[in-house]
Amino acid sequence: MKFSASDQILAVITMHKERVGGSAPIFYVENFQELEKVALYLARIFMGAVHDLGNGVYIIVKH
Amino acid sequence: MMNYLFTIILASISGFFARLYMLRRDYRQYPSYPQGWAVHLFIGFIGALLGAVLVPSLMEKEFTAVSFLLMAASQFREVRNIERSTLEQMEPTELVARGTAYIEGIARVFEARNYLAIWTAFIVAITAELLRHQTQLLQIGVSLLTAAITAGLLNILMRGPSIEDIADIQMGDIEFDGPILVVGGVDVMNVGLSSTREIYRNRAVAAEIIPKDPDAKATLANIGQMQAIAHDVSAMVGVYMDVGEQEFTPLVRRDSDSGKLVLVMVPSDDAVDAFLEAISNVPVLESAVRKPLRSVAGRMIDGS
Repeated sequence: MKFSASDQILAVITMHKERVGGSAPIFYVENFQELEKVALYLARIFMGAVHDLGNGVYIIVKH
Repeated sequence: MMNYLFTIILASISGFFARLYMLRRDYRQYPSYPQGWAVHLFIGFIGALLGAVLVPSLMEKEFTAVSFLLMAASQFREVRNIERSTLEQMEPTELVARGTAYIEGIARVFEARNYLAIWTAFIVAITAELLRHQTQLLQIGVSLLTAAITAGLLNILMRGPSIEDIADIQMGDIEFDGPILVVGGVDVMNVGLSSTREIYRNRAVAAEIIPKDPDAKATLANIGQMQAIAHDVSAMVGVYMDVGEQEFTPLVRRDSDSGKLVLVMVPSDDAVDAFLEAISNVPVLESAVRKPLRSVAGRMIDGS
């Protein structure tokens, strides 16, 4: 049996420490370029999709 | 029974060729492997033999034999299970999934085609028996003609509608509302990375599939039908994606107001005409067809 964490937040990437919290792994980044880069890397690692919540917070979700 | 040998051979060969004719290789590339062909042709041949033997046993009033033959025919239900489990096993290996509804449709077609082979053999056997006092040449000629007509006719009757029969298809425009990909006014998905959005702006194609009537609207609302469109179009046009690149999965979304579907994908080659042509040729799944207009309530809603 293969388990996969689909439809869950696998990672949170943000520049704003005060806006995030909770149980998912959180990656803090310095600027927009780093945000995009880390998000892309994580998405490829998890084979998931990157979603932009519009407030400087990106999440990785596997669908 | 030797009297009937000629009829049986003629009918079972006709049924076999009817099955071969229906086992065309098309864009679905299924079954594209020689083993799959061997399996289906052999099962088709057994079916044809059953249909052929049915006529002599009826004429000899061997009703026990007839009952056994009918019992054997029920074995063809197994074909559907085989097809279904094969396709389900193969599903994780598809970049864009077929979806269970499409698999069910394919499995049903494979089962039905064996019955068509049985019908063809049966009808040819009847024809050959009716002409038994004519010359052998006439017997063969008319029987083969009947086989061709029967197989062709059954094949035409089995052909279901495709998307272009129930909907108008036109290109859709792609725009971004912040991270949200919007096609023809329908929100499709949240694309987080700006590099991905750039690829969508430059390479993606989108279409709007507008149902022609309330029946078509209800049919297109089926999730299995939506998945089948995504699968078939990407099978025909080719997708720009790799394993794990979920952003580039072709998506079909429905507009809740009008019932129209939008399809957006990043094709491997930029060919707009091929894209539209591919959509129009997607089959309408038998299990997705809905006919609300056949009900009083459905007509009341349509009239208002």
